[in-house]
Amino acid sequence: MKVTLKVWRQKNRNTPGSFKTYESPELNENMSFLEMLDVVNEQLANRGEEPIAFDHDCREGICGTCSLVIDGKPHGPHKGIATCQTYMRSFKNGDEIVVEPFRAKAFPLIKDLVCDRKSFDRIQQAGGFITVRTGAAPDANSIPVPKPDADLAMDAAQCIGCGACVAACKNASAMLFVSAKISHLGLVPQGQPERYKRAKAMVDQMDAEGFGACTVTGSCEAVCPKEISLDFIARMNRDYGVALLKGDPKAIKGGGAG
Amino acid sequence: MNIFDRIWNSSLGKKYLMALTGAALFVFLIGHLLGNLQIFGPPELINGYAHFLKSKPAMVWGARLGLLACVALHIASAVTLAQLNATARPQAYATKGAYGASTASQYMLPTGIVIVSFVVYHLAHFTVLLPGVNGVGDFSNLKATLHHEQVPDVYGMMVLGFEVGWVVLFYLVAQALLFMHLNHGLAAMFQSLGFRDHVWWPRIQFLARAASVALLIGYCIIPLAIYLRLVGHDYAEMIRFKPKAQTAPPALVAAQGKEAK
Ligand code: HEM
Ligand code: SF4
Ligand code: FES
Repeated sequence: MKVTLKVWRQKNRNTPGSFKTYESPELNENMSFLEMLDVVNEQLANRGEEPIAFDHDCREGICGTCSLVIDGKPHGPHKGIATCQTYMRSFKNGDEIVVEPFRAKAFPLIKDLVCDRKSFDRIQQAGGFITVRTGAAPDANSIPVPKPDADLAMDAAQCIGCGACVAACKNASAMLFVSAKISHLGLVPQGQPERYKRAKAMVDQMDAEGFGACTVTGSCEAVCPKEISLDFIARMNRDYGVALLKGDPKAIKGGGAG
Repeated sequence: MNIFDRIWNSSLGKKYLMALTGAALFVFLIGHLLGNLQIFGPPELINGYAHFLKSKPAMVWGARLGLLACVALHIASAVTLAQLNATARPQAYATKGAYGASTASQYMLPTGIVIVSFVVYHLAHFTVLLPGVNGVGDFSNLKATLHHEQVPDVYGMMVLGFEVGWVVLFYLVAQALLFMHLNHGLAAMFQSLGFRDHVWWPRIQFLARAASVALLIGYCIIPLAIYLRLVGHDYAEMIRFKPKAQTAPPALVAAQGKEAK
């Protein structure tokens, strides 16, 4: 099979970009979308042209590095999988495929299809951790966790931080990602000490990064390769509401054990 | 920062404001509809209700100021969030985005703007009684007699007012857009306030749909029934008056005199 690619090319952040059209060489329909790009790039390199820059790493749907908006949908036509798990058999011979980078103010473009998602790291650093316990490793299962909570926490922990939720949202909102990270720790006993502080810190960092606000359109859930549920956004809203009402802890006057 | 600053300076805080003020406006919509449905009773019913409201200015003005505050907060948070959302994606996609999003969820601001303009018109129409906007005449001339007292004839005003085709059309369009706004908004409200899980979400969506359908039907049957001459047509014929009439015509006084018994 062969396809026509309409790809966003942009040298760097400060040079305006535009779409360029490329004809693919003969493809195997069982190639992944990224392998198809590799083949196209090989052809470009042989012709002495600059290959198309795109993000990828594990190529098995677990690292969250691949991105791409393919014909208007982040991670391509299927539900619940990442771009690296999208295969050429999902397209027809002769299709024109439009490939764009994730677009958001908080994901500034680096080159071609690669954007900078460090804003996600900064949100994680703001509160996506638990109190560190020193000393010997505790016994496994010494802290009982109710099964439903453990299951939900695992669902939230599935998030691979790819940013497709932001890319799909008409408001470029990061709520799905942030809510998954807040819930994954907030649902288990180990995450309780910082539960409200974490919600506050991560949401505030999200706002500071310039992501939009949620209007409950559900686009994020629809494109998420890990099918993270909007329920987690409601959970985050609950925890953040409690944190807002509590406010920052007052400084203790007089010091010591009082 | 005090709590008001904390709420206003946070995207989620504004979502709470939007949801809470939206809920308050929804409660008002239910009450207002129940009041208006009295048009299907005899003229004395709704006229008496309107007269009762007028006789409690503290209550009426309290409610009006409360509603105004809700509308102002709702719009202020809607507009500031919409600005934030617009700046969050400086470069648009070439392909159509918003994959998986319902139509209503994408048009909350436009439907909201039509609702505000409708509310402004509705207030000019039936509250301030601006004669120029109703296509009939000066409604403030309409009086009915209730318990030997001259009171504003709300029944007459409605049955005359909704004989005008373009007025009815505007009301119906506004109600359709309000339906869209609420069909999405009422469910989203639970999401914004955090009251949602996988068991309750389908139920919440069903209830939001049911409540918005009920309001749509309730608010549409009033102008429709009058326009189709199913309600109050005889009464309208009795009190019909010329536009620009300065005083109530004799027919009006005669009709009212008969009914006051
Ligand atoms: C009868 C009057 C109104 C009622 C009952 C109402 C109700 C609601 C409700 C319940 C929500 C959901 C809040 C949430 O997402 O948490 C909402 C959202 C919204 N409303 Fe209204 N509303 C009314 C009028 C207006 C007006 C006049 C505007 C004007 C501009 C407006 C603009 C919006 C916008 C933009 C949203 C989207 C919120 C979002 O999803 O981010 N609404 N409304
Ligand atoms: S919530 Fe889903 S779409 Fe968003 S970053 Fe996590 S895995 Fe990607
Ligand atoms: S490359 Fe790792 S998830 Fe796609």
